[in-house]
Amino acid sequence: MAAPGWLRPRARLAAALRCVRAPRNWKPRAQQPPRAEPVQAALYVHWPYCQKRCSYCNFNKYIPRGLDEESVRSCLTREAQTLIRLSQVQRISSVFFGGGTPSLASPLTIAAVLETVSRCAHLAADAEITLEANPTSAGASRLAGFRASGVNRLSIGIQSLDDAELRLLGRNHTADEALGTLEEAKKLFPGRTSVDLIFGLPDQSVSSWAGGLEELLQLCDDHVSLYQLTLERGTSLFKQVQRGSLPVPKQEVVAEMYESAREMLRDVGFRQYEVSNFARNGALSTHNLSYWQGSQYIGIGPGAHGRFVPRAHGESLREARIQTLEPDSWMKEVLAFGHGTRKRIVLSPLEVLEEVLVLGLRTDTGITHQHWQQFAAGLSLGDMFGSSEEVKELEDQGLLLLDNSVGYRQPWEGEVLVWPWNILNDLLAHRQECYSVNKSLCCVFGSSKIRLNPGALP
Amino acid sequence: MLSRVTRAAGVGVRLRRACNTAAFLCSQPCMEKCPAAHVVFSRPYSSQKEKLDMSIFPVENIRNFSIIAHVDHGKSTLADRLLEITGTIAKTDQNKQVLDKLQVERERGITVKAQTASLFYNYEGMNYLLNLIDTPGHVDFNYEVSRSLSACQGVILVVDANEGVQAQTMANFYLAFEAQLAIIPVINKIDLKNADPERVEKQIEKLFDISKDKCIRISAKLGTNVEKVLQEVIEKVPPPSVNISDPLKALVFDSTFDHYRGVIANIALFGGEVQKGHKIMSAHTRKTYEVNEVGILMPNEQPTHKLYAGQVGYLIAGMKEVTEAQIGDTLYLHKQPVEPLPGFKSAKPMVFAGMYPVDQSEYNNLKSAIEKLTLNDSSVTIHRDSSLALGAGWRLGFLGLLHLEVFNQRLEQEYNASVILTAPTVPYKAVLSSAKLIKEYGKEEITVINPAEFPDKSSVSEYLEPTVLGTIITPDDYIGKIITLCQTRRAVQRDMMYIDEHRVMLKYIFPLNEIVVDFYDALKSLSSGYASFDYEDAGYQAADLVKMDILLNGNSVEELGTVVHKDKAYAVGKAMCERLKDAIPRQLFEIAIQAALGSKVIARETVKAYRKNVLAKCYGGDITRKMKLLKRQAEGKKKMRKIGNVEVPKDAFISVLKRQSEK
Repeated sequence: MAAPGWLRPRARLAAALRCVRAPRNWKPRAQQPPRAEPVQAALYVHWPYCQKRCSYCNFNKYIPRGLDEESVRSCLTREAQTLIRLSQVQRISSVFFGGGTPSLASPLTIAAVLETVSRCAHLAADAEITLEANPTSAGASRLAGFRASGVNRLSIGIQSLDDAELRLLGRNHTADEALGTLEEAKKLFPGRTSVDLIFGLPDQSVSSWAGGLEELLQLCDDHVSLYQLTLERGTSLFKQVQRGSLPVPKQEVVAEMYESAREMLRDVGFRQYEVSNFARNGALSTHNLSYWQGSQYIGIGPGAHGRFVPRAHGESLREARIQTLEPDSWMKEVLAFGHGTRKRIVLSPLEVLEEVLVLGLRTDTGITHQHWQQFAAGLSLGDMFGSSEEVKELEDQGLLLLDNSVGYRQPWEGEVLVWPWNILNDLLAHRQECYSVNKSLCCVFGSSKIRLNPGALP
Repeated sequence: MLSRVTRAAGVGVRLRRACNTAAFLCSQPCMEKCPAAHVVFSRPYSSQKEKLDMSIFPVENIRNFSIIAHVDHGKSTLADRLLEITGTIAKTDQNKQVLDKLQVERERGITVKAQTASLFYNYEGMNYLLNLIDTPGHVDFNYEVSRSLSACQGVILVVDANEGVQAQTMANFYLAFEAQLAIIPVINKIDLKNADPERVEKQIEKLFDISKDKCIRISAKLGTNVEKVLQEVIEKVPPPSVNISDPLKALVFDSTFDHYRGVIANIALFGGEVQKGHKIMSAHTRKTYEVNEVGILMPNEQPTHKLYAGQVGYLIAGMKEVTEAQIGDTLYLHKQPVEPLPGFKSAKPMVFAGMYPVDQSEYNNLKSAIEKLTLNDSSVTIHRDSSLALGAGWRLGFLGLLHLEVFNQRLEQEYNASVILTAPTVPYKAVLSSAKLIKEYGKEEITVINPAEFPDKSSVSEYLEPTVLGTIITPDDYIGKIITLCQTRRAVQRDMMYIDEHRVMLKYIFPLNEIVVDFYDALKSLSSGYASFDYEDAGYQAADLVKMDILLNGNSVEELGTVVHKDKAYAVGKAMCERLKDAIPRQLFEIAIQAALGSKVIARETVKAYRKNVLAKCYGGDITRKMKLLKRQAEGKKKMRKIGNVEVPKDAFISVLKRQSEK
């Protein structure tokens, strides 16, 4: 389904701009060169199984009974092959095994996926290959096995160093076990071990949080991720809080926890390169950075999400793709069609820009002009937001920095009073104004079309 | 003044004293004797509407009367009994407030829409035509009441044997008294356990100078002594003094709208006769009409060949809108103009409120509901209005608070419309001093309804506010609290007297705006429901009025501007700021909410900056969800009104502007 030249992304953006300025004279221009998506993508592999349900987690996960890992493995490799070919990317820049609990998978499965990837596309020898690990399922020998399979970065879900908190979170490990795993991991993946921590827990105080973090900072490697507890509907923790049986800290307290953590991490040499991610000695996660920079990524495994252009189908627009959630159905679909993509949403160039904006502002570098131009050829940041009252106000209040030579970013030097999501409301509200000036524009930039993949329908 | 009462009441007595008052036993056996009996009594069972011949009722056999009472004292129940006794309606248990047709009337126990019923009654061998002209039971409809009364020669004044004389009893009495009507005092609910008719009789004697033996003790509910009331009507109420040979002169005392037949005007004939085919003219509009139908109300329309002087009935004459049949107007034959009946005035709204659909998509439905409702109520004034916060709507003018409430309730009940009703305001006046403004307005004294149009003090020599004379009747236990309440409402005492050993009547001049919001509720709650309140228009008085602005981070919010009395500005401003504080969500920065008089800030609240955040992870799978959430929030933002840099959700406006529900 080849789009006529004037409908292609670059032409649309350029036309959009002209149209905003002079809608009456607007005529779609024919024969614009198609925008080139980079020929590489990151790969996300979802391992949907866990030993136990954590009280706060609403991810797509299943407690397996009699898991046939061989079948899962063959489906993962089959789907990786199908989707990499569909995307026609020549290079896979990084691989991330997430879940669920991917450290429960056998190193054989990890190896099989990586082998398939390197057969279908170029996978550089030093490409970042991350595996999420749970302290209990990651004994020293298993970790060594993963390393042998090609994993070169480990992300350990420590969550807390307080056993009571770990019990509340429904974790099946103790703080000691977690520290043991960290110790082993550091030996096997020196400089490439990351730890996750959760703050804003019921009954947690600023000092108890800071105490735990302090302890961890003595032992951790060069990467830390901090997450504020989000009470997700449907989790047991959500229910307990709703019922009022668990008190959660007030927003001011949670904000203080975050600020004190930022300060502590900065003091020991960490760079906060994203809202919840800190690294020192340059140990940034390239895989995660590629999300925030709006790069293409392919998602395989049950419920995995992807963002890429299915070039093999002759498409030129990026799609948001979601794989079938339930592992058994997903496997059936992969066996029948080579992949289990359940939903495909065609993203308009504007929607891609929205994501670039939203994700870019999560990073400390923000959105550079150069970065923006990769996605919005012909439409500068100034074109889009220069005349915005909202943006001006955000600037005036020091919530957004517009550096003409560099781009937009959030001022992170001092206290982050406002976290990016809040600002984005304003920016998104504005870009809608910018684009809905003219009816004809709405047609071009209107709501996304949802394509159901006929092959994947049950 | 009180001597006039005796005279007025006395007239009725004197006129009919000669009549034998032997009890009239039963109407049924006399059927054959009655010239009209055949038509009259067969009517309920007849499938065809036969036209009645009204000429059988000479003027001297006609009594036009009304029942007046305080809310809940049993006016409608008494009317039911009168209708039953005279065979106008069948006697069943279902007859509950037959004349109160609206749901709101039955629920609230009030009469909003006057109804009329013609009763035939045989008394001592004579057939009488008794026209019961029911009146609206509230001071808001004072003008309608006075018009209805002007079609009567007498009233039944009903007082509850337990509650005694109440504020509205007073107001009603004076209306009847000033119209020089015969007054028949009736003490109702004597069947109640706590009934104390003796005490009520004393009150009546003291307040109205009516001898206590003239009071009839009844139980309308049980029918006790009700027949006696009918006989008293015949005995005491004089027949209308009119002449059939005069040219037609008909008073419009009410009108209703029928979708098929147009306007149905309720009329009382002060002279001549009217029938189908007559060409008539309205004294007010000067429009001519051809009469299509005349008849009497029983209480449903019953066509007659003619209506004659002294009679009361309805007339249909191709009027398309109720405004063509304004209450108080005079109709006459277009070739024979007559002097119009005195006292006509157009309805004058005293309380204004903005009305907006909850959802703008409901605008057209609400518009049509309001139009339908006003077809029957020409006293509501309608002006289109639009608020930046609440969208398109109307500014409606009402006769009073109850009128407003009833209108709103009818919209909800009868048209299923849900609306945002803003806090009521009153029409202020300003006497201009600026020559430029006087020229601009073309007059020196202007009426200000919208606070945005409130002229600045510098160009005004005086501001005026509407006042009312309020009457409060209360057990004396509550006097202290009530006086304090009145003082906080800037009221000035005019009178205070004991109406019996334990009950006090207080009279105060109130600024109208002090009672439009919650005065009645406050009075009821501090007197455990025992105090009654009623008021009448008392003209305008000079007042120290100021315009108060509400500022968000220094920017004025137009739709929240209000006109207040200087002494009240602080309290009102503080309350508004507090309400806004609760309704405006935290934002990226601190928000100062201020109430200001000119440049002077008199109240302030602060909404702290937003600190909460969703600092959850945001990787591949989270992005779709996050984008969806953000877009939804951005959509919501578009719906907010932006005042400077502050985003204000519609709900915040509603919570501030809306009439506060009873506390």
